[in-house]
Amino acid sequence: MNTLAAMLPIALIYATPIIIAALGGLFSERSGVVNIALEGIMMVGAFVAAAVTVTLEPGPMAGAWGILAGTAAGLAFSALHAFASVHLRADQVVSGTALNILAGGLTIYLCQIFFDQQRTSAFATGIRKLSVPGLAALPGLGPVLFRDVYPTSWAALLLVLLAWFTLARTPFGLRLRACGEHPQAANSMGVDVVRMRYLGVLLSGALAGLAGAAMVLTQDIQYSITSVHGTGFIALACLIFGKWNPFGVLGAGLFFGFSQAASIYAKDIPLLRSVPQDVFFMLPYVLTVAALVVFSGKSVGPRAAGELYDPGKR
Amino acid sequence: VTDRRRALLLPLLAILSGFALGAVVLLATGKSPAAMLEAMVKGVTGLDLQDRTFNPRHVGEFVAQTMPIVLTGLSVGFAFRTGLFNIGAEGQLLAGSLAATGVALWVPAPPGLHAPLVVLAAMAAGAAWGAVPGYLKARFNVHEVVVCIMLNYVALYLNNWAVVELFGSVDHVRTATFPAAATLKSAGLSAITHGSRLNWGFVPVLLSLLAYWFLIERTTFGFRLRAVGFNKDGARFAGMKVDRSIVASMAIAGAFAGLAGALVTAGIFNFGRALPAAEGYGFDGIAVALVGGNAALGILLSGLLFGMLKAGQLLMQVQGIPKEIASIIQASILLFVAMKHGIDYLLGRLRRARPGEGEP
Repeated sequence: MNTLAAMLPIALIYATPIIIAALGGLFSERSGVVNIALEGIMMVGAFVAAAVTVTLEPGPMAGAWGILAGTAAGLAFSALHAFASVHLRADQVVSGTALNILAGGLTIYLCQIFFDQQRTSAFATGIRKLSVPGLAALPGLGPVLFRDVYPTSWAALLLVLLAWFTLARTPFGLRLRACGEHPQAANSMGVDVVRMRYLGVLLSGALAGLAGAAMVLTQDIQYSITSVHGTGFIALACLIFGKWNPFGVLGAGLFFGFSQAASIYAKDIPLLRSVPQDVFFMLPYVLTVAALVVFSGKSVGPRAAGELYDPGKR
Repeated sequence: VTDRRRALLLPLLAILSGFALGAVVLLATGKSPAAMLEAMVKGVTGLDLQDRTFNPRHVGEFVAQTMPIVLTGLSVGFAFRTGLFNIGAEGQLLAGSLAATGVALWVPAPPGLHAPLVVLAAMAAGAAWGAVPGYLKARFNVHEVVVCIMLNYVALYLNNWAVVELFGSVDHVRTATFPAAATLKSAGLSAITHGSRLNWGFVPVLLSLLAYWFLIERTTFGFRLRAVGFNKDGARFAGMKVDRSIVASMAIAGAFAGLAGALVTAGIFNFGRALPAAEGYGFDGIAVALVGGNAALGILLSGLLFGMLKAGQLLMQVQGIPKEIASIIQASILLFVAMKHGIDYLLGRLRRARPGEGEP
């Protein structure tokens, strides 16, 4: 039980970037654009966040500026994906792959230009954990959610609600989803499909950039090529496992975060002691393949995601 | 402009634009594009333009580095030709590498047969790993891209687990060294290239290129696979076994990538390795296949191009140029090739804008 109590805050830290990036993927795919560049966008966000933070430290707001800059960088970087795949009709998976390669190259290249090494310099604190005195005393989840928690985790939970409200309760959300289901029909009702898809991809870029920034500033001491280590692809898995639904994403993200925390704590838990660490790392991916098979036949994902938009098609 | 000329023109434009962009990045950050070119010339030909010396080791390393990405290029290209997107070459390569390690360390075989056995096992493992997304697509209509991405990571962690737990790596980094007869190493090839890691792998690579061309262009089997990729319903109506074709396509694609795994593990190295992250051979394959137009000769040429970028990397770093410029150029070329619909469209509009020319 003590182990579990110790695991929960760690699980929340791991789950935070997964959830935020998966919400990014949600906006992109709901608008009809597959975004496998989440990983690369996270790398760009993480690099910029780390670089800005380490430059502004020891200023009191260094971490906050880092987060902001990382988010903006993710947004700008994703514009490339939007331009290539919406405007120039590139294959979305190829364009995403190119962005992933580009992100790995560009961030380390810039590290060598600005910091003369393969990584950024180490920052001192990154962002600080905060507490909400009254709420932390609540029984049950009070201490987990409100005592010594990174504000980015609160942002993740808030963003889940915001994403749900936007997609399910606003005209913008309805139009965005229409573009991902049947863009020609949306177009016939006067929705500007190209504009909506741009917005979907740019939103996903901002969120993935934020996710990368949150990740490097809470789980690392500097940006290096392994800082993001596949979390963008876990986010993609999380999106699928959560059935392209914000609350599903929250559940899947917490579960994947928990599975990563378990890989560290397994040696203290009798039942899990003999399970190799690599099995925990594999778990999200294996489960997602299994989930895809189970979901198959039911239409859960956006129907037109990945397709080029051809206004003449019926 | 005819289709044939356009098929050549677009990749060439993309390559030129990629290098131009790379040069801009270098200039903007105060580095010299000329030094990068010198590093690449030295990496490929062994000629040092500064002190006018020749070192054949660079040539050997260039070829050794190029061989695996030609194979992952064939893997991705074969899937593309049959209407599938194999983004899982990385995982299939790791599956092949794992099988190669197992056969090299555990299976006793007469010296002349051990290396071929290692190669065949790697191909079989790659084929099996590739068949999984194929089967899931055929049976459950699950998109192969997502399954491939997930399986890449499963293969990575499976590899890391096996190297330590199964093959008993002492330092958690590498297995024991393979017996010499189980590897593709060649003392002669290494000697004539001044101690490079050039190995017998070039034989299966050339055979693969031939097999790819023959299978795709010259057999009814290949025609069937392409027909299924082109129009599933049409192919089914014509009496073709669609499900079986999809699995076969992915298995063959996986076999090429699995072979690449044998070349890396039993050719360049001669031990299994635990990896902190994937090495990117699969993504290289996507770039190689697309720039090469998914044809055997094109894949060979574009493999050599991207091999050149790889081979120059260490020499660039020595010159004070961050070696990541190679990835930046590669990604830009890939992005430009991907934009070919858009570029085609723009070219078409330009042509129409000129009176007296353009489509009839």
